Amino acid sequence: MNPAFSVILLTTLTGAGQGLFLALFGSELAHALKLSAPMPGHDFYVLGALISLALSGAGLVASFFHLGRPERAWRSAAMWRTSWLSREVIVLPAFMATTALYALSHAMSWPITLATGAIGAALALALFVCTGMIYACLKFLQEWASPLTVINYLVLGCASGLTLASAYAALSAAELMTMMTSLAIALTVLGLATRSASLLRNARLRPRSSLQTAIGVHHPRIAQRSQGLMGGSFNTREFFHHRTLQFLRSVKWTFLLLAFVLPVLLLAAGAMTASPPLLWLAFAVQYVGLLAERWYFFAQANHPQNLYYQTIS
Amino acid sequence: MSTVRLSNPHAEPVEELDVKKTTCYMCACRCGIRVHLRNGEVRYIDGNPDHPLNQGVICAKGASGIMKQQSPARLTQPLIRRPGTERGAGEFDEISWEEVFALLAERLKKLRETDPKKFALFTGRDQMQALTGMFAKQFGTPNYAAHGGFCSVNMAAGMIYTIGGSFWEFGGPDLERSKLFIMIGTAEDHHSNPMKVALSKFKRNGGRFVSINPVRTGYSAIADEWVPIKPGTDGALLLALCHEIIAKGLYDREFLARYTNAGQLVIQDPDADEFGLFAMDPEGDPVNPDYPHNKYWWDRLTDKLVPTHTPGADPRLRGSYALPDGTPVKPAFQLLLDRLKSYTPEWAEGICGVPADTIRRLAHEMGVTARDQKIHLPISWTDSWGVEHDHVTGNPVSFHAMRGLAAHSNGFHTIRALAILMSLLGTIDRPGGFRHKAPFPRAIPPIAKPPRGPHAVKPNSPLDGMPLGFPADPADLCVDDDGRPVRIDKGFSWEYPLSAHGLMHNVITNAWRGDPYPIDTLLIFMANMAWNSTMNTSEVRQMLNDKGEDGEYRIPFIVVCDAFQSEMTGFADLILPDTTYLERHDVMSILDRPISEFDGPVDSVRIPVVEPKGQCKPFQEVLIELGSRLGLPAFVRPDGTRKFRDYPDFIVNYETEPGSGIGFLAGWRGVDGQKAIRGEPNPKQWEMYAKNNCVFHYVLPASYQYMRNWNKGYMEWAQRVRMRRDADPILIHLYSDVMQRFRLAAQGKRPGRRPPPELRERVEKYFDPLPFYYPPLESQSTDTTRYPLNAVTQRPMAMYHSWDSQNAWLRQIHAHNYLHVNPATARAAGIGDGDWMWAESPWGKVRCMCRYSEAVEAGTVWTWNAIGKASNAWNLGPMANEARKGFLLNHLISEELPMQGSARRMSNSDPVTGQAAWYDVRVRIYRAGDDEPKESWPQFEPMKTLPGVTKTRPGVLKYFVGNWKKRS
Amino acid sequence: MTQLALVIDLNVCVGCQACVTSCKSWNTSGTAGSLADLNPYDEDPTGTFFNRVQTFEVGSYPNTETVHFPKSCLHCEDPPCVPVCPTGASYKRAEDGIVLVDYDKCIGCKYCSWACPYGVRELDPERKEMTKCTLCVDRIYNEALPERDRKPACVLACPTSARIFGDVHDPDSVASKAIRERGGYQLMPEWGTEPSNHYLPRRKTEMTIRPDEIVRTDNPLKVDGLKPMPDASTPALDDAASW
Ligand SMILES: Nc1nc2c(c(=O)[nH]1)N[C@H]1C(S)=C(S)[C@@H](COP(=O)(O)OP(=O)(O)OC[C@H]3O[C@@H](n4cnc5c(=O)[nH]c(N)nc54)[C@H](O)[C@@H]3O)O[C@H]1N2
Ligand SMILES: Nc1nc2c(c(=O)[nH]1)N[C@H]1C(S)=C(S)[C@@H](COP(=O)(O)OP(=O)(O)OC[C@H]3O[C@@H](n4cnc5c(=O)[nH]c(N)nc54)[C@H](O)[C@@H]3O)O[C@H]1N2
Ligand code: SF4
Ligand code: SF4
Ligand code: SF4
Ligand code: SF4
Ligand code: SF4
Ligand SMILES: [Mo]
Repeated sequence: MNPAFSVILLTTLTGAGQGLFLALFGSELAHALKLSAPMPGHDFYVLGALISLALSGAGLVASFFHLGRPERAWRSAAMWRTSWLSREVIVLPAFMATTALYALSHAMSWPITLATGAIGAALALALFVCTGMIYACLKFLQEWASPLTVINYLVLGCASGLTLASAYAALSAAELMTMMTSLAIALTVLGLATRSASLLRNARLRPRSSLQTAIGVHHPRIAQRSQGLMGGSFNTREFFHHRTLQFLRSVKWTFLLLAFVLPVLLLAAGAMTASPPLLWLAFAVQYVGLLAERWYFFAQANHPQNLYYQTIS
Repeated sequence: MSTVRLSNPHAEPVEELDVKKTTCYMCACRCGIRVHLRNGEVRYIDGNPDHPLNQGVICAKGASGIMKQQSPARLTQPLIRRPGTERGAGEFDEISWEEVFALLAERLKKLRETDPKKFALFTGRDQMQALTGMFAKQFGTPNYAAHGGFCSVNMAAGMIYTIGGSFWEFGGPDLERSKLFIMIGTAEDHHSNPMKVALSKFKRNGGRFVSINPVRTGYSAIADEWVPIKPGTDGALLLALCHEIIAKGLYDREFLARYTNAGQLVIQDPDADEFGLFAMDPEGDPVNPDYPHNKYWWDRLTDKLVPTHTPGADPRLRGSYALPDGTPVKPAFQLLLDRLKSYTPEWAEGICGVPADTIRRLAHEMGVTARDQKIHLPISWTDSWGVEHDHVTGNPVSFHAMRGLAAHSNGFHTIRALAILMSLLGTIDRPGGFRHKAPFPRAIPPIAKPPRGPHAVKPNSPLDGMPLGFPADPADLCVDDDGRPVRIDKGFSWEYPLSAHGLMHNVITNAWRGDPYPIDTLLIFMANMAWNSTMNTSEVRQMLNDKGEDGEYRIPFIVVCDAFQSEMTGFADLILPDTTYLERHDVMSILDRPISEFDGPVDSVRIPVVEPKGQCKPFQEVLIELGSRLGLPAFVRPDGTRKFRDYPDFIVNYETEPGSGIGFLAGWRGVDGQKAIRGEPNPKQWEMYAKNNCVFHYVLPASYQYMRNWNKGYMEWAQRVRMRRDADPILIHLYSDVMQRFRLAAQGKRPGRRPPPELRERVEKYFDPLPFYYPPLESQSTDTTRYPLNAVTQRPMAMYHSWDSQNAWLRQIHAHNYLHVNPATARAAGIGDGDWMWAESPWGKVRCMCRYSEAVEAGTVWTWNAIGKASNAWNLGPMANEARKGFLLNHLISEELPMQGSARRMSNSDPVTGQAAWYDVRVRIYRAGDDEPKESWPQFEPMKTLPGVTKTRPGVLKYFVGNWKKRS
Repeated sequence: MTQLALVIDLNVCVGCQACVTSCKSWNTSGTAGSLADLNPYDEDPTGTFFNRVQTFEVGSYPNTETVHFPKSCLHCEDPPCVPVCPTGASYKRAEDGIVLVDYDKCIGCKYCSWACPYGVRELDPERKEMTKCTLCVDRIYNEALPERDRKPACVLACPTSARIFGDVHDPDSVASKAIRERGGYQLMPEWGTEPSNHYLPRRKTEMTIRPDEIVRTDNPLKVDGLKPMPDASTPALDDAASW
């Protein structure tokens, strides 16, 4: 596929926002369940939720750039029965609204923070599922059609959210920093594992479609001589990245380094030295890494329609 | 409401569309179309289901006619080169039509009064040669021709000189009843839609389709068998097929004996003046003095000499005999046998690359199918010798061939070989085989003759003779007493005696050189002679601008009539903006090459469906106006006043001779419109055509539809309606005594004209009365180890020559072209798929891109014809693919070849017909350096946009017509 | 239940592209239009077309087949492009199985095109709405058109009648018969989309001539005294034996 920046931003920004929200709510819940002693003041949650909201809001804004007809975006909630995209379109605003309410209830010290948080967390998780399923449900995009796609959206979103939470906590709730960084490290390592699993899986994929099945001629040697158009079309622009394999490979190693290895090191260093800048750096590096990861996620997906668009003459 | 818009099939009120019928001219096929208009704008064009030619279907070009009207390259104003600026600089001023006519009339009048041949009129892929030819004749200049000479004159002449008809617009394969169809060297051809319709029916009926072509595209794609062949070698293949068919006794003896000259006796005394001509019976009835029939057979039943076609006799086809006076004679067929003897399949394999076993198998398939799957139609007819037949026989093997054979300098003989193969199989004008289309068959050769010398060209008088014709004898050549050419293109001279369509490809070079003489005014209509229809394009472009020592242009005045800003318009002194086919009246005339069907004559018209753009004026009207102003006899009354109001008036009222009843259109003649083919002018003729799908189809009775060369009923009918002058039979010329007459002249035999000494050997060699194989002239004079590959072009189905790059839809299909190379050949040259590469001939080179293809013979490279464009021509943007990535193969092809053993240069053409040898060029290929620009070469100075042509090209085109619910 | 579709006969398609531009011509000014063209007269022209004809080469020289391959929306029986559409703009009609886009609902998210394995949907670059073959739904039921013309534009245009239009659920339709009798097949069957459009494969007519069929009793060589005989100089039994 040809990665679209709007979608890359949407999924990475809201992912981090969802992760951050889960971190906030998690800490509140842990406190409520007496699993961890300290609980920072309401301000921490208000600002944290607003950051999360800002991230998902930014994602939402980015998503509009993906639409040809943003003014009709309201229509996209219609098909929630069948379309994961429609479901995402419903869940994302719901999550944002809940996040806002969560911030408000903390600000107002209403006693509904836990309940709101629980709903928000459920929506955050649902949103991960929706986003992941948008891709995972396209069965002939074999690189995506796997539970790992959903898992990765979930784990990577949480990892970046927790890295952000670590940095945030280091600034305004030092007592949570260790817990957050430990979790961030754990999730990043887990992310490395699940993402690597999907890379390994994809490396072993054998495309089910071939030129033979595409045109229904079962000769071992088929070559396209003309795709029927010369100046390109939607089908040559949308589904292929037009980069070399080498470029793709370097993006892969870059994101493995930036999204996983460096963040873990920075998180560990930041936690040990209690250095907020290091933790912020960890988040920044990881976010950039995830942009690359997401770019790669799209670029690596080999759409069978490309079999039809290979040669001009 | 929007939700149901697409669910609601009635959403578009198509009943509000105004449907007009006319004839397409996105190409020369001339299909019937329906133009659907909304508020006067073209909403949709489709095929007219009631039209006999295309039966409702259309092609990619025809369906894109809308975009021709939208073209940003449309000319809209008459333009004159700005005084004081250089030709080619692109500086023009607008002038009025009145000024145009005044200027042209004055200039041409002077020429006509002094030396009419200083005016040359050459036309490209037009369909109004009846009118342009007549204009030239009336003007008095021999310097007229249309595109035929650079197109396919070999196909026309080779077959017309053999069977009296040809493929192309003259006849074709009867695929409805054929069982085996062999297509040779055809990519798309003129009969585009009908061929496709017929081919698919043929295949569905289980017919077997074999394609012989170095390249497998288009039609060949769906062939049951593809026989890749080396370009220029089909002659060898065809002769070997003839050899095998005769060797196995698979020829149709009955057909040959009666309907060809196979059994007629040819004089074999090498010392006789008449050597190689038919022995004539002085007592016999010549029947037709111009085409005497009083020849002999050797009757095998009585073993005696008898007059040809003696009732009850059957000629010997073999052996050698002696006339009563002792003159040795042989049947023509025996001479053919002698000729074919060494042309074995093994011999051919070494030349054309087709395995001998394949050649034999193909010969057997043809022969056995022709013999064993005979068709008997219960149609009675009478032959020219009065014998009644109660059925028509067909041998269902058919052929079609085009420029793959024609566009080689050995094409004439190759095509003769094909016509002879078809005749051996007995498939001429028979069901399932080849069939003629009216007004064919013609006499061999046809009666029309070119002017016979300089005396035919006189000031202030029409030309004596037709500008173009079919020489039958050296006396018919258009040469002076020294044997030098009279025409600027040297047509009908000893260099190319049978150049029935002229040699348009040499006009510019000859005029530039002043050889045989300089001309004054060159009028080019509908031909892109500064680009794709010229050879040696880069240099010809310079010649167009070149000045002599006196500082004057070597070609003093160039007038171009075009509809678009083509490459050619850049070289004009005067530009006449033509209308498009949707804007004008036009006729597909029986006097030209109409759109006849096998079952009878068909002609058709165009009727304007939209208003002309800007100041555009149909060239037809320009000619009528000029003819009237110049007082050309056909256009004025005896008192000198104008005879015709306009072109439609001319079409209705013009008669070839006063009272002849023959005019441009054959339909609805006679005062009440009841007469066909011949009859008085009918003032309502246009209306009748308009009412009848713009087409007139005269269906012959079944008994006149076959065996027309020898069909008494048909011939008498044709004579009665004056479609033919004579009614005598047209025997197939297996052996061509016409050719022999030229050879004898070269050998100094018989009284009459002689070729100039330096051409004697050439004429003697190539005027062989029987087909023979020789390598194309260019290969003969090229180092083929240095230039090992053949380079050819093909017609893309979705583009017409250079016309369609201004068409927004079609150019998305072919925006630029590649050189297609067999991967093995490309790899050997170190060229990768998609790489930039050079193709170089002895005459020039081009840089282009390579595309691997497994569907091309390994010694051949090919590209689509005329996709590459000069920068900014056709008002395309400076970075348009056509100019930056596309290329023109013509830069590699020379319009002249050095004449062997002489400093002289001769046209790169067939030595018999002057057919341009486009497909003879030899090339070598190599990879372009990595440091070279990724751009085709040569590049040209961008053309300036002409005044009146839109200055702004849309970045986005959202074509939506009419005010019906216009979408954003 | 009706399922309208095209059956494309690769045995006769010559790749002429008539269906491509006829489709464009009909549709750009119709209910599905306008269909934009970008850079129409400049570098790399590109535009919205519902139908494309491609060319493939099968095999290696000299045993090469050139296959022209037209492709438009296949109107899948189980169209993956429909359920993914968030707005319901993409839908499959119950009455005749045509898969359509309601342009006024489309938000241009392109998701449906991702969900189509065949690369036949095109987002119009100007309207920013998803477009595709409508099976000329605005022609086929249009009673203002003469009966003969109530067919898709591409079908009427096709000179080789390589495009058969009909109800593939009606066993008696020409389309169904062609599929049955000519081995009609679907593209990428591995995805279970059940395309309604089918393709008919190439079929070859071969000729076999046995040597004994070549020379017949009525061979004209007899008449012309040319019947192949070994010439006297080739060895015979007489040269080697004496009885
Ligand atoms: N769409 C479209 N239709 C057209 C035209 C157009 O430009 N576009 N042009 C019209 C005109 S003016 C003409 S003259 C006709 C021409 O109609 P065609 O004769 O069909 O046109 P070409 O493309 O010249 O085809 C030549 C074919 O011969 C093959 N060939 C080349 N050399 C040899 C050879 O030595 N032997 C054999 N066996 N094959 C060979 C080439 O590979 C090619 O397939 O088409 C007419 N129709
Ligand atoms: N390399 C190579 N070169 C070839 C060939 C080949 O096979 N290979 N084929 C040759 C053959 S067979 C031919 S016939 C020629 C064709 O050669 P031409 O006839 O010269 O070429 P066209 O491109 O058809 O363009 C003729 C001109 O007519 C103009 N025109 C179009 N419509 C109209 C109209 O309605 N009115 C007027 N007045 N002008 C109009 C166009 O704008 C164009 O400038 O090319 C020849 N050149
Ligand atoms: S074949 Fe030629 S005349 Fe017929 S529709 Fe196509 S462009 Fe028009
Ligand atoms: S071909 Fe593609 S667009 Fe058409 S119905 Fe099937 S999946 Fe949908
Ligand atoms: S692009 Fe339009 S039709 Fe396609 S999924 Fe999005 S809204 Fe639906
Ligand atoms: S059915 Fe109509 S919309 Fe579909 S490809 Fe054919 S012409 Fe185009
Ligand atoms: S119109 Fe017919 S023959 Fe031409 S490309 Fe389309 S399907 Fe093939
Ligand atoms: Mo031509």
